[in-house]
Amino acid sequence: MARYIVINAVRGLLTLFAVSVLVFFLARLTGDPLDVLAPVDMSREDEEALRAQWGLDRTLPEQYFAFLGNAMKGDFGPSFKYPTETAGSVILDRLPNSIKLGVVSTILTLVIGVPLGILSAVRRGSLVDRVAKGFALFGQSVPEFWLAIILIWFVAVRWHVVPTSGITGWRSYVLPSIVISIFGIAALLRLFRSAMLETMGSEYVKLARLKGVSELKVIWKHALKPASIAPLTFFGGIVVRMLTGATVVEIVFSWPGAGLLAYEAANARDFPVVQALALFTAAAIVIMNLLIDIAYAYVDPRVRLGQKAVV
Amino acid sequence: MSLRNPPRPAGGLPGTEASDMDELGRHRHRSMLRWARRSNRPPWLSIFIVLFVLVLPALLADLITVHDPLRGVLGDRLTPPVWLEGGSTTYFLGTDKQGRDILTRIIFGARISLTVSTLTILIGAVVGSTLGLLAGYFGGWIDRIVSWMIDTFLSLPHVLLALVIVAAIGPSFVTIIAIIAVTIWASFARQVRGETLSVRETEYVARARVAGAPPWRILLRHVLPNIANTLIVLATLQVGVVILEESSLSFIGAGIPRPNPSWGVMVADGRDQILTSWWVSFFPGLAILLVVLSLNLLGDWLRDFLDPKMRQRG
Repeated sequence: MARYIVINAVRGLLTLFAVSVLVFFLARLTGDPLDVLAPVDMSREDEEALRAQWGLDRTLPEQYFAFLGNAMKGDFGPSFKYPTETAGSVILDRLPNSIKLGVVSTILTLVIGVPLGILSAVRRGSLVDRVAKGFALFGQSVPEFWLAIILIWFVAVRWHVVPTSGITGWRSYVLPSIVISIFGIAALLRLFRSAMLETMGSEYVKLARLKGVSELKVIWKHALKPASIAPLTFFGGIVVRMLTGATVVEIVFSWPGAGLLAYEAANARDFPVVQALALFTAAAIVIMNLLIDIAYAYVDPRVRLGQKAVV
Repeated sequence: MSLRNPPRPAGGLPGTEASDMDELGRHRHRSMLRWARRSNRPPWLSIFIVLFVLVLPALLADLITVHDPLRGVLGDRLTPPVWLEGGSTTYFLGTDKQGRDILTRIIFGARISLTVSTLTILIGAVVGSTLGLLAGYFGGWIDRIVSWMIDTFLSLPHVLLALVIVAAIGPSFVTIIAIIAVTIWASFARQVRGETLSVRETEYVARARVAGAPPWRILLRHVLPNIANTLIVLATLQVGVVILEESSLSFIGAGIPRPNPSWGVMVADGRDQILTSWWVSFFPGLAILLVVLSLNLLGDWLRDFLDPKMRQRG
């Protein structure tokens, strides 16, 4: 078990390293930040001074290792756009807003997606099942940015139920979290439905029924527990996908989070902020994947004992 | 991002993703067997929509439109659709704030969607399948490197990368195709690697090996044909994924450059006038929804239709 966690952790670190190289060189090779930031009438001397101050006069590999060394200490350098602040502090200002929205959306996804998937499997062919399947199809096909605009149009502007943008209280969370979670709900619903259908048709569920176990207990204990394993492996992918959706949603709703910051920073060629954001995001994904791997090993003894998992 | 329908695990458990996926696939199939037997008719409505909203407009755009997709008549700007008050039969779905015909732009937008998705999926499928075949067949260090690359590329914050690249060198067709291809290949590699792992263990591959067939021949003649169906299904489902991705990137200004009529750009163009001129944003978004929905239905149907395991049982 320990060995398994260590191997996965090392792979995660390698991934982070690759992301840092990629992000750094992509950002640097595509343009000189001074083109955007330095005032047009800046003197040559001032420009050189600024260049030296930001370390832009050194070679790219030197810049990269300086960046990596500082990043490990949590220092991402000064923001180009807001020179009085560090990239880290600019991000930490915005991150809580994204995390709050993310937590609300994840809860919404789990609370709606899982029960609906189970219900859909238990009552297969019923009206609930058909509505759920239709919803799953819609959720996987609708472009988030369009849905967001349509919802703003109807719910926020026409009916005045919730605000259209920014954060002004709990009502502000309603529309963005619905739009972000709609894909996750659809995906989880589908996964749980098919996994439940499989376990409900299995021999041990038949046996449990023959023994006279109550239907509720059959569903909860015998069918749901093994059915939860498969969707778990896919959960990481769903969250990554929701993260991407969240960026677009933050832009549409002017949500002052990390996604909107990324958009602003990229447009201002604020490299330190963009790099730090990319690394933050990649780190979050890597850590989440590691947690999922651990959870997976926890529920599936075959993985835990180092055997080749499944079939 | 390439994670629509069905999502693939992003977490990497070395050597297990494939079999998990395979198992999940089988769950699906067995459970849907009864349903599929009853209704294995092709989804005609989906095929119809894909043909008439995506493929035919893309191919015939110049022949079937009369308006210029890029230059509008300013005097006719923000004309409502024909059935609303103030609508005109000249502009069936209305015009945008530059007086360009929405329907014409949607038709030309289909061309962009189809071009981008065809090219990215072609690149992604060739690169991904090659790496997936090699990793699944040879295992060992090749597999370790490829699996790690798959994990890494699936963990890339590619919206961020797209924003950075576009901010620096500006949006273009080449950039958007490169960005999407980079995210697409990993899905193909993951799927093909998994299938190859199981095909490798079959009797006929073992016999081909005993008969002295070289690896490239086994891969091309014995493994590839057996995973072709999976590739077809995956490619179909990925068209929808790519259309969504392209339109999302275009919407935030990191995709197809203006004034090209990408569906995502069109939705963005109408965003500020959604209250007064809703049709500018509404119809292009509806086109995306309809096409992606149909492609998903079509992909699901293809999966049930082409899967040999299903055919044997059914």
